[in-house]
Amino acid sequence: MIIQSNLVPTRGARQAVAAYLVVFGAVLLLMMVLGLLMRLNQGGLVTLPAEFFYQSMTVHGTGMVGVAGVGGAAVLWYFLGRHVRLTTWVFVLNLLTFVVGAGMIMAADFIGGFAAAWTFLFPLPAKAGGQWEPWAAAVHLGGLLLIGTGFLLFHLDTVRAILGRYGSLTRALGWPSLFGSDPEPPPPTVVASTMVAIANTLGLVFGASVLVISLVNLMVPQFAIDAMVAKNMIYFFGHVFINATIYMAVIAVYELLPEYTGRPWKPNRPFLAAWTMSTILVLAAYPHHLLMDFGMPRWLLILGQILSYVSGLPILVVTAFGALMIVYRSGLRWDLPAGLLFIGVFGWAAGVIPAIIDATIIVNSVMHNTLWVPGHFHSYLLLGQVGMLLGFASWLGRAAGARMPSRFGIAAFWIFVAGGIGLTQSFLYSGHASVPRRFAEYLPEWIGQARIGALSAALVILGTTMLMARLVAGSGPAGGAR
Amino acid sequence: MVQHVAWVITLIAMGAVALSFLWVAARAGEFAEYPGIVERAYRLRKVLFVVLLVVSGGVSVLTLGELPYATASYGTPHEGTFRPAQVVEAVGSRWQWELSPGQIVAGRPVQFRVTSTDVTHGFGIYDDAMHLLAQTQAMPGYTNVLTYTFQRPGTYHLLCLEYCGVAHHGMMGEFTVTSH
Repeated sequence: MIIQSNLVPTRGARQAVAAYLVVFGAVLLLMMVLGLLMRLNQGGLVTLPAEFFYQSMTVHGTGMVGVAGVGGAAVLWYFLGRHVRLTTWVFVLNLLTFVVGAGMIMAADFIGGFAAAWTFLFPLPAKAGGQWEPWAAAVHLGGLLLIGTGFLLFHLDTVRAILGRYGSLTRALGWPSLFGSDPEPPPPTVVASTMVAIANTLGLVFGASVLVISLVNLMVPQFAIDAMVAKNMIYFFGHVFINATIYMAVIAVYELLPEYTGRPWKPNRPFLAAWTMSTILVLAAYPHHLLMDFGMPRWLLILGQILSYVSGLPILVVTAFGALMIVYRSGLRWDLPAGLLFIGVFGWAAGVIPAIIDATIIVNSVMHNTLWVPGHFHSYLLLGQVGMLLGFASWLGRAAGARMPSRFGIAAFWIFVAGGIGLTQSFLYSGHASVPRRFAEYLPEWIGQARIGALSAALVILGTTMLMARLVAGSGPAGGAR
Repeated sequence: MVQHVAWVITLIAMGAVALSFLWVAARAGEFAEYPGIVERAYRLRKVLFVVLLVVSGGVSVLTLGELPYATASYGTPHEGTFRPAQVVEAVGSRWQWELSPGQIVAGRPVQFRVTSTDVTHGFGIYDDAMHLLAQTQAMPGYTNVLTYTFQRPGTYHLLCLEYCGVAHHGMMGEFTVTSH
């Protein structure tokens, strides 16, 4: 039997979390501005050179994925630190590698002109067509590799700490309770952190491998990899990493909604089964990104559709339903953090729906690489993951003494939500109307939709800025909550 | 058609999720004993789980029967007769599409053999109203076979649906489908 106890983070650890949130906020806003610029350009309201558009697109995609990881890591580390002894310097090192790596990527893209999207599909980095120099590609890929290495160390440290307390990863996933009769399963945070560590370690290893191959290919063009193999590795890494950012952020929901409602989030058998299922499914469902690669084995693509359907069940049936259950008639007094956490779960659950529909092969035939795709991932990342992270940051800020007029917070919340819904729905509408994604210039019939998207993006930025201003106005030690 | 169905289902399902969240949020301030709520909610969750499982299983059975992946066959049954497919070589390179031969007849399946000479592109076929009809990836070293039957003669467009560089948005082509 494992005795639960709450460890108290040191001052340094609390400051490290605060540093993560500062970087998260700054980079998030910068990436949002780039996103707005792209929608304005597509709507014909500003004119960007195509080179700058695609550089911005590359930075936006890469930066958003990275900063979602940074925010998620802050949540995971903060709450996992209540249960196991983590290493602060490893946590700080991850942030440093992110900052340096992000600087390298921005320099490579905006100065060196590199613009191969976050996907850096082989052999595009080495075939610039005069758009960028090899050094820019090398610096961009090197920056990504550095960021990935930092995250790998971060997860290895969580694995070390979890093993130190629970003895094995299966025990930390709650298998003795799931398959046996152990009455004391690990807390939800430990289960989720273990799942993320397993999945992301594998994802990062594949990502780092294809990055190294691409880097060597830049220097020795004869050293090539099959384009399909590279694409599988890239999408395995990307799929696992971005999903892991949500699984890290949802820890804040598991920890804080019980605090708000006075109702425990019990790691019962359905919960443990869902997380074990998710551990497998997040690794196995990635072929749904390659449904239009007809050279892939057909059985793998069919499996991609089926597993994508199944992977939505744990989210909808366990986490979303659990959040509704715990809040319903709980006597909860809504405040900003609670509202943001709740909207985060909504964004995740709602975004899963168009994602699953897109994973249907016959739908993917006419939706793949249209704006339907950013439609669903902005739903579970912007409204979902970022909602949860802003909720977590607001909760920390509130505990540290941040106070602003309630009307300001309410206005910020609804502006963020309205903008988020407008942005995702405009993407989805455009996707259903066959508008391609990643186009710098639009046909006249697509411009109106882009303008609605731009207006929504502006609202998102306004709401996010107001939420952050609220936090900065009352900034204090991050761990004041303890 | 597929896009419209997907859009309507998405709106309905997302709307249902939104209403559920709004309904719960509106009642969060009330208070009831948790054990009673848990008991009812777990029953509802079981039903929800079974319904979602049945729906997703049913949709899989219905949709996995008609996949866009071409078979080795060069013809398809059409109105009781076996009509040979037209074979068109489609090659993408930055930033243009080359179709050979360029003549395509409506009502007979067309087998596009799609590849790329440089980086990965996306071979997207649009009708004249700019609705996406079908697509496959155009990848160096691979030939993806996409079979499609044009029902009506007219002008069709090719758009690149995989980002390939600075003029990606300009990588468009056009071809005509005739009645004979």
